[in-house]
Amino acid sequence: MERTLTQYIRALRAAGAGVSTTEAIDAARTLDVVGYADRAVMKTALGAVLAKSVEEKALHGRLFDLYFHRDAVAEPPPQDAADSQDSSSEPEGDADNDGADAADAFMALAEAQDAGRTAMALEKAAQAAGADGIRFASQASYFTRRMLEQMGVKALEQRLIGKLGEHTPEADAEAQRMMEARAALQSRARAVVDQRFEMFGRAATEAFLNQMVSERQIGALTRTDMERMKHVVARMARRLAVKHARRRKVRNRGQLDLRRTLRANAGHDGVPFDVVWRTKRKDRPKIVAVCDVSGSVAQYVRFLLLFLFMLREKVTDLETFAFSNHLEDVGPMLQTREFNAAMDRIVMQVGSASTDYGVALQDLETKFGEVIDRRTTVLILGDGRSNHANPRLDLFQQIADRAKRVVWLCPEPEGSWGTGDSCLLQYRPFCTHLSHCATAGDIERAIDDMLLAYD
Amino acid sequence: MTDPQTPPAISTPEGLISIEAVTAHLASAGYISTPEISTAVFLAHHLRKPVLIEGPAGVGKTDLARSLALSMDMPLLRMQCYEGLDESKALYEWKYGKQLLYTQILKEKIHLLIDGADTLDTALAKLTGFQDLFFSRDFLEPRPLLRAMEQTSGSVLLIDEIDKSDEEFEALLLEVLSDYQVTVPEIGTIAAQYPPLVILTSNNTRELGDALKRRCLHLHIDFPPAELEARIVRTRVPDVSDRLLAQLVAFIQRVRDENIRKLPSISETIDWARTLILLHADSLDPALVRSTLNVILKRQSDIAEIAPKVDALVGAAVRDVAETV
Repeated sequence: MERTLTQYIRALRAAGAGVSTTEAIDAARTLDVVGYADRAVMKTALGAVLAKSVEEKALHGRLFDLYFHRDAVAEPPPQDAADSQDSSSEPEGDADNDGADAADAFMALAEAQDAGRTAMALEKAAQAAGADGIRFASQASYFTRRMLEQMGVKALEQRLIGKLGEHTPEADAEAQRMMEARAALQSRARAVVDQRFEMFGRAATEAFLNQMVSERQIGALTRTDMERMKHVVARMARRLAVKHARRRKVRNRGQLDLRRTLRANAGHDGVPFDVVWRTKRKDRPKIVAVCDVSGSVAQYVRFLLLFLFMLREKVTDLETFAFSNHLEDVGPMLQTREFNAAMDRIVMQVGSASTDYGVALQDLETKFGEVIDRRTTVLILGDGRSNHANPRLDLFQQIADRAKRVVWLCPEPEGSWGTGDSCLLQYRPFCTHLSHCATAGDIERAIDDMLLAYD
Repeated sequence: MTDPQTPPAISTPEGLISIEAVTAHLASAGYISTPEISTAVFLAHHLRKPVLIEGPAGVGKTDLARSLALSMDMPLLRMQCYEGLDESKALYEWKYGKQLLYTQILKEKIHLLIDGADTLDTALAKLTGFQDLFFSRDFLEPRPLLRAMEQTSGSVLLIDEIDKSDEEFEALLLEVLSDYQVTVPEIGTIAAQYPPLVILTSNNTRELGDALKRRCLHLHIDFPPAELEARIVRTRVPDVSDRLLAQLVAFIQRVRDENIRKLPSISETIDWARTLILLHADSLDPALVRSTLNVILKRQSDIAEIAPKVDALVGAAVRDVAETV
């Protein structure tokens, strides 16, 4: 059982749960206390010791059922274990010089009535074939074949070819039996491999796909990617929130707060036992997001806003504006509706016309000028293509002077900045930071930088 | 490794003998437990590990500690965490006033102590014998953590809302949580005579450190399913009629599926049940619900969200109940 537990912990780790050695020891002690009799008790008890967050609890719930289900089948009576060990280890060594034995053993296994014995042999074959190393669903047939080879399928197939060549009724019947045996064992081996994939491979596959999707151009995402992207963005946002969840107060060591020190020590006759230092309060992040929602950029805006909304716990002060040929405050719409519905509406309502940065800046300055103060980061997402209208650099400068920082994210690569009707290079001198932003990873980095300015 | 792993045998109170016993004892204190909760409490005692409880506000995290202390007949030591909490408020503090007073007394009697010493060296040598006087147990003011270590029979130590404290404070807790001891530099290490049952609660306003999580058993309490919630409300509000209870719980469960910021918790369900009894209601109707919505929803925007849907939600809740009966 000890070994089973160790393996289970390995499966948990492969699936992404961080189980430390201390926790593994605790798990063993837990099983000593609660015993193995009741599976439900075992499950909740191990859950308390091994899974330390809601996600890990869900993971544990899924894996426990998978894992200990398998175990229940694979635990044979002791004498049987010794038995099957012989039969399954033989073919490996003797496959070359004595194929007949291996083939016989294979048949015996396939037709064995003893479920425990077959399960044990499958388990051994899986181990020998390295099925725990499976990472992608497409590897399943490869590992299945490897398992069958471990059990001596090659010898069987050789004999099968021989029988098929004989063309006698008895030989055909024999061949038929062999093919059935092979099919039966193959489907069972496949089931074992699939289960291993669920335990060890799924998390790796997920991680790989998530990585892919976060590095792909947002403009080139397909519909299925979008769903995955939501989870990826949610995870990134959580990561950022944790990273920036620092104290909002910093002790200003060396500067004595005389008034509060005297007050704190009044009870000690004014002898300063407790010294109180001055503290400095940090600004909360205040972000004003100004987004171009005309056709070409709309997709990027969707992710930027999704990101900012997932960060709402951290960025409580968030204003969102969308523009094309005019600018609107879209905060209320995003707050009252479901996110996707709200975004669709915003794009329909605001994004249908051709972009005019000059008018947008004017709207921002005249209608909502008061939202920008010295604590504000102005975050602009757009390609800077103003359709040859006046870019109103004067207004942009005013805004930049007043704000803490101006960050411009542009979905176009650097090479095309300033070409055609792009005014990006004219805006550039007033930006604290201007960068190309094409993937979710880029957005994460940009927001990370922005929050860093408030830490 | 061996010492904390194999502690001197401590007697197991009757209520902690088995998981079932925990459930039964908690029930006697009016706390309806789930297998997860009972298992965690049971393991906490037998593995001598603290339990970290996470979950939304108002699902009975703090109440578990209170009921546990009540049912096991142990004292409850409570420490509320907040930003800026430090060791002088959590572990111990020196009684400065008393030290000061003794210094004054000493000043007058000093000639008696160094009596006959004619050089500074001999005077100092005589005084050296007294140096520990001011930093001894007599001058130590124990705070909740140290007090929990000093209990001679079992106790329940509740460290409430640990997520509200600073990250540095977590580090301070580690010694207490893993070895059940407190180190006072001037005195030495004070080990617990009888390790307390430690319950930490967190509302998840920030992610707790891995070091802390590793030392604790983890218990997540979520909003209960309808049947369990009905039982919990029943124990707190015994005079609620069966029909009203089933309907109001079904309604709350429906509301939790809506898109609102602050979900109603069990304590709000209980308050609402009490409110409805005061209003002599014996079943839900939309007008009544609308006028008492502020008992279960604490945000104006949430009330605005739910108010137009009250008719549909009450209808659905009544239907839910009719189906199960």
